Amino acid sequence: MFRLGRIVKGFGLFWWDFLVGDTPEITVVVLLILGVVALARDVAHLNVLAYVALPVLAITGLALSVMRARRRMKT
Amino acid sequence: MVATVSGSTTTVVLVLAVFLAATVEMVEALTIVVAVGHTRGWRSALEGTGVALVALGVLVAIFGPALVRVPLDPLRLVVGSVLLIFGLQWLRKAILRSSGYVGMHDEDAIYERTVTSLRAEGASVGRDRVSFVVAFKGVFLEGVEIVVAVLTLGTSAHRLGLAVIVAAIAVVLVGVVGVVVARQLSRVPENLMKMSVGVMLVSFGTFWTGEGLRVRWPGGDTMLLVLVGLYALVVAVTIRLARKPMGLATGPA
Repeated sequence: MFRLGRIVKGFGLFWWDFLVGDTPEITVVVLLILGVVALARDVAHLNVLAYVALPVLAITGLALSVMRARRRMKT
Repeated sequence: MVATVSGSTTTVVLVLAVFLAATVEMVEALTIVVAVGHTRGWRSALEGTGVALVALGVLVAIFGPALVRVPLDPLRLVVGSVLLIFGLQWLRKAILRSSGYVGMHDEDAIYERTVTSLRAEGASVGRDRVSFVVAFKGVFLEGVEIVVAVLTLGTSAHRLGLAVIVAAIAVVLVGVVGVVVARQLSRVPENLMKMSVGVMLVSFGTFWTGEGLRVRWPGGDTMLLVLVGLYALVVAVTIRLARKPMGLATGPA
């Protein structure tokens, strides 16, 4: 039982490190993208807004993440 | 006609993305294995590599057929989101390296570091546990990234067989070149390749996340090429804007 718990914990930590790691802002932006695009597509029925918002938010997330890393390295 | 062009666009970008991703990760894995082999002997290094390859094969064999059975829309949504995260992480790192904030990934330095740490472990008689574990970990961890790229890109594009073959070709090619030129792996333009893979992963991620959420892309699959161009442009501009000021120390690779 203890060993199974360790395996599950290790598996969870692996995916946490893989998908979040030291860039939680990227994961948050991708979750935000899912929410905004789903709302634009299924609630507001604005397909154009959905396909414009997707890359724009991804680019914004990338820029924010690079800026955050630069700030951390400068201090 | 349009459908054929769209289909081949996806296939070309898929082949490029899988090939480059597999090449980059294979170079990293091979550097570790060569360092282990040269320092502590080849037997345990090759055994560790072999066991890691079998474990990776099992992962593909288990998850590949299972993923093929998942309905396409939810699969593309999940895979698209994972690729977006994964690709943005790769691009961030490549931008920070190119703009001078983080040191370039230096295979020679990795080789020397691995050799130094292995020498410090001391000699071993018979089967070498340290050598086995270091080779296994190096191959398995880098290999998992190849497996993720192959499974996600391959299943979502309904081209798993092609993705596996392309990755295998890249792995064998790097292996053969690595054996022939041994320590010349540092000449591979790794950051540029990583940046290209990042651009393609984010493009696929954006496209499939949209497909998974039932977004209708203008131009269908050809939109992938537009996304690749857009992200490549953004990366180039970001590197230019983010250049490190003179005198600021560079972080570790």
